[in-house]
Amino acid sequence: MRELVVEATVRALQRAETSLPDWVLQRIEEAAALESYPLARHHLQFMLENVAIATAKGLPLCQDTGLAIFHVQLGRELILDFSLAEAVAEGVRIATREIPLRPNAVHPQTRQNSGDNTGPGMPDIILDYVDGRGLKLTAFPKGAGSENMSLIGMLNPADDPFDFIVKGVAERAANACPPLFLGIGLGGSFDLAARLAKRALLNMPGESREELQLLERINSLGIGPMGLGGDTTALGIKIEKAFCHTASLPVAINFQCWANRSATVVIQ
Amino acid sequence: MTEYHLHTPLSGADVEKLVAGDVVFLSGPLFTARDKAHALMRRAGSPVSLEGAALYHCGPLIQNERVLSAGPTTSGRMARYTDEILRRGVKAIIGKGGLPGEPFRGKAVYLAYPGGCGAAAAQQLRVLGVHLPELGMAESLWVFEAREFGPMIVAVDAHGKDLYQEVRRSAQRRELG
Repeated sequence: MRELVVEATVRALQRAETSLPDWVLQRIEEAAALESYPLARHHLQFMLENVAIATAKGLPLCQDTGLAIFHVQLGRELILDFSLAEAVAEGVRIATREIPLRPNAVHPQTRQNSGDNTGPGMPDIILDYVDGRGLKLTAFPKGAGSENMSLIGMLNPADDPFDFIVKGVAERAANACPPLFLGIGLGGSFDLAARLAKRALLNMPGESREELQLLERINSLGIGPMGLGGDTTALGIKIEKAFCHTASLPVAINFQCWANRSATVVIQ
Repeated sequence: MTEYHLHTPLSGADVEKLVAGDVVFLSGPLFTARDKAHALMRRAGSPVSLEGAALYHCGPLIQNERVLSAGPTTSGRMARYTDEILRRGVKAIIGKGGLPGEPFRGKAVYLAYPGGCGAAAAQQLRVLGVHLPELGMAESLWVFEAREFGPMIVAVDAHGKDLYQEVRRSAQRRELG
């Protein structure tokens, strides 16, 4: 079983780094067809060409091959007699050599690079228990350009969280490689809001009225692809909520660039 | 919007004619530098000639001297070095996300390469050499030979026009409205 997890990690990373999920490509294609700014349309088409080159040649589509983040859904009936974290880390080390990936993981102060994309706390595994005996592993490599623009606000309950989100996106979008996917964590506590925002990216795209209205409001800003103007500023928004303290209103925005990479491998 | 095909080193006249919104394809040598290389160059000087040079904000993915993926990184992190690097003769900074426009006035241009397009960029670049390899793959100063590197958008020109700032201001107005 350990070998299967190692191999699944390598396979998921390989696919995530060199292609995009069909629904993401479809969103970019639809936006390119509707975009009214010529420059923005060219950018979207160039992005699609880039993905086609990456997939055909087996190259990482972006040189920022990201930080190793995974979502694992573990069947409750499954018994693992090995460390899941170590098996996934081994897969990351192999993938770094074989795909290859750029070594991105460094000590936060000395900036010493481990050379293999692992280290204390890395890979980061978000774990959920589900029914059954299977294991579902999703690679979600996260680039720094968009991650660095993410933000959290501990708002006053009287504040409007959507105003905070729109203001934050207006200020920061250009650096995050738009058109964006936005994971929103609403409620909880300081750290829970941030984790909800990351989970929202994993549960993308949202289709609720609230999410679609926010998407429309953000696209009306005119920031456009790469922040150079256009109708297409965001391609998807998902909001995850948790109850919060009666005195608090935490809001977290996790930015994701247009290259919304992820790939899932299922072990039965 | 005019399309230009330019060669490095760039002249004052090359820079002068570019207007924000123009499209540029660049050929010839260009060099990469990001956070660590900039900090080192400030202390110890540049290992490459900066006169007319094109500086690419990029931390490439390279295997055996072959460029596999090499799109732009966020330029904003290097904003503190713009003034100095332009005074030393750099005529074009290539990146994504933009830089404050003032230091470019009368001197240089900022060219935006589409972010996230590392595989496409790699098809237009080959390795000529590497300096400061001790900084690691992403942070080393790579010298590339560019062939029709682009499309890049002139986002900040030498005449005081800054596309990012225009878009950001307009977005802030719409957000308030």
